[in-house]
Amino acid sequence: MVSRRDFLQTSMAASAILGASGFGQWGRIAAQQTLSQDQLLQFESYGNVSLIHITDIHAQLKPLYFREPSVNLGVGDNKGKVPHITGADFRRLYGIEDGSRSHYALSSGDFTALAEGYGRVGGLDRVATVINQIRSERPDALLLDGGDTWHGSFTCHHTEGQDMVDVMNALKPDAMTFHWEFTLGSERVQEIVEGLPFAALGQNIFDAEWDEPSELFPPYKFFERGGVKIAVIGQAFPYMPIANPGWMFPEYSFGIRDENMQKMVDQVRAEGAELVVCLSHNGFDVDKKMAGIVKGIDVILSGHTHDALPEPVLVGETIIVASGSNGKFVSRVDLDVQDGRMMGFRHKLIPIFSDVITPDPEVAAVIDEVRAPYADALAEVIGKTDSLLYRRGNFNGTWDDVICDALLSEREADIALSPGVRWGPSLLPGDDITREDLWNVTSMSYGEAYRTEMTGEYLHVVLEDVADNLFNPDPYYQQGGDMVRTGGLGYRIDISKPQGGRISNMTLLKTGEAIDPAKSYQVAGWASVNEGTEGPPIWDVVEAHIRKQGTVSAPENDSVEVVGI
Amino acid sequence: MQLTRRDAILMGVGATFMTALPLHVSAAGEDAIAAFTGGADVGQGDIKLTAPEIAENGNTVPIEVSSETATEIMVLALGNPTPAVATFKYGPLSASRTASTRIRLAGTQDVVAIAKLEDGSFVQATSTVKVTIGGCGG
Repeated sequence: MVSRRDFLQTSMAASAILGASGFGQWGRIAAQQTLSQDQLLQFESYGNVSLIHITDIHAQLKPLYFREPSVNLGVGDNKGKVPHITGADFRRLYGIEDGSRSHYALSSGDFTALAEGYGRVGGLDRVATVINQIRSERPDALLLDGGDTWHGSFTCHHTEGQDMVDVMNALKPDAMTFHWEFTLGSERVQEIVEGLPFAALGQNIFDAEWDEPSELFPPYKFFERGGVKIAVIGQAFPYMPIANPGWMFPEYSFGIRDENMQKMVDQVRAEGAELVVCLSHNGFDVDKKMAGIVKGIDVILSGHTHDALPEPVLVGETIIVASGSNGKFVSRVDLDVQDGRMMGFRHKLIPIFSDVITPDPEVAAVIDEVRAPYADALAEVIGKTDSLLYRRGNFNGTWDDVICDALLSEREADIALSPGVRWGPSLLPGDDITREDLWNVTSMSYGEAYRTEMTGEYLHVVLEDVADNLFNPDPYYQQGGDMVRTGGLGYRIDISKPQGGRISNMTLLKTGEAIDPAKSYQVAGWASVNEGTEGPPIWDVVEAHIRKQGTVSAPENDSVEVVGI
Repeated sequence: MQLTRRDAILMGVGATFMTALPLHVSAAGEDAIAAFTGGADVGQGDIKLTAPEIAENGNTVPIEVSSETATEIMVLALGNPTPAVATFKYGPLSASRTASTRIRLAGTQDVVAIAKLEDGSFVQATSTVKVTIGGCGG
């Protein structure tokens, strides 16, 4: 007699083998011939239910380059575990050949050379083709959007998310959950959500005044698919009013609320759910911890931390699927559900190679339509880069180095601070920088570039505070971003220490002097979560800087020394 | 993290430094526990404390305590200058031995609920609530 647990593990092993050989094969194919769309989408349907997961698109409608991080450190129980394995180590773990398409899509290393060979990724018209292909095999597949959809581009900012709403509606999702959407302000969010033709879910979206579940965002929705009663429970980003400006959506309260999650799981099971899916914006490590606490979730579709994993991670009897960001991947998960239990699964993380997958003409037309009014502004070239510009990494990214340089010079500051967000595509050396490119890494509804004085002591407090959001060994205390980027300021960080003991050797780079706790420094930054922050928009500051430079460079940045790994 | 001019002024008087480090148990907290328990051992058991991991607003943090068999539940914010928050009392006819309220936290600290049970024993539950100056999400 095979228990469900054995079944899951067998099926996990099978998927691992399938995945591994699949990846190895891709490598050979890449060396021998061009990969076709059919090969990319090849998938033998399994079981009776299909889930399609896409998350953290950040308003990226068009194909782009996106370099995965080379530094993504885990702490506590997650030290050395996926997704905290990068580069060559990641490839060895999954049996991915160096130089293969999977190397390019999933890991860092040789990015520029591989990008030139394999081309751009993403584009929601390509994503549409993949979704349509899956639906042609499984007409009642569920399409679930993990959120961070209505944020992150010039057109999204200027249409207050309408461009993304129009394009996503054309993809016909079944449900969605949220994070950056709320930075449009609660009034706009409510306006959009009231008109959505699909479910807007969040068991942890509460009314702030009464601490009661919000009426606009139901906790879950039932679907009958493949003869199976499926409950999809939404989990919005838990720390929205802390990581983003709470004053923009004061009516709402969030939090992990895993006890309420358990209540919802029990409730949907009692109402006959045979399969429980959690559509989550928790971040991967938080989802792993939650899966160990909340019993009865079969699948967590995980978003927020932008991790792309070629295999699900199994916690107890829950599988966690991480589907990357910026429209670069779509996950397909086929499940066999029998007698109210998930008996096995088959999974594929499908990389959207823009040159391989034919755009869906209908969705391409919608994208062209929403972009048309802004075509000239988007295409305007404001400069050039002779370095690879990217963002992902725990401590710095070259795009952020350019932004910090802009803040230092344009705002005449000693020190620049730039938020450790994980969105924003990459540019290759030699690329033009268009206004669209600049907005892809800066656009937000609170982009004012402030200038203020901070004492050395307070700067230390700031760095310690952000470091604890990233390196607290308990994932429930992590917010899922990266370390605040610093310009003009070097420091040493020991990620193994508790809060207050991580940051040392703070140095003012322009003089090489140690930061004096008692002295005040001129600090320029952007994306303050505080209401009433004043300053020019960050995109204007960076544009002025790039125009003056003509061609920007981002040399090796060794101003942060990392120890305790 | 990032500051407005107003915060910079506040900083000048040191107001926001409170968020720097986890605040430690004050003597007042230990005294309050000793007075409540009369020095008896405090174990684990029939007491549940629900608090957010990270406070959305340190000035008003929602918490909830519940127990099946408590006659009294004392709530302390151990890092506050005045740790005592409230003591809830229940009788045999209490329909549910639950209370929820909002508390102000001076900074990251442990919130503790100690219950005196019907059998005279004491149990406690602790939750670390982080009060942060905010950061940047993914």
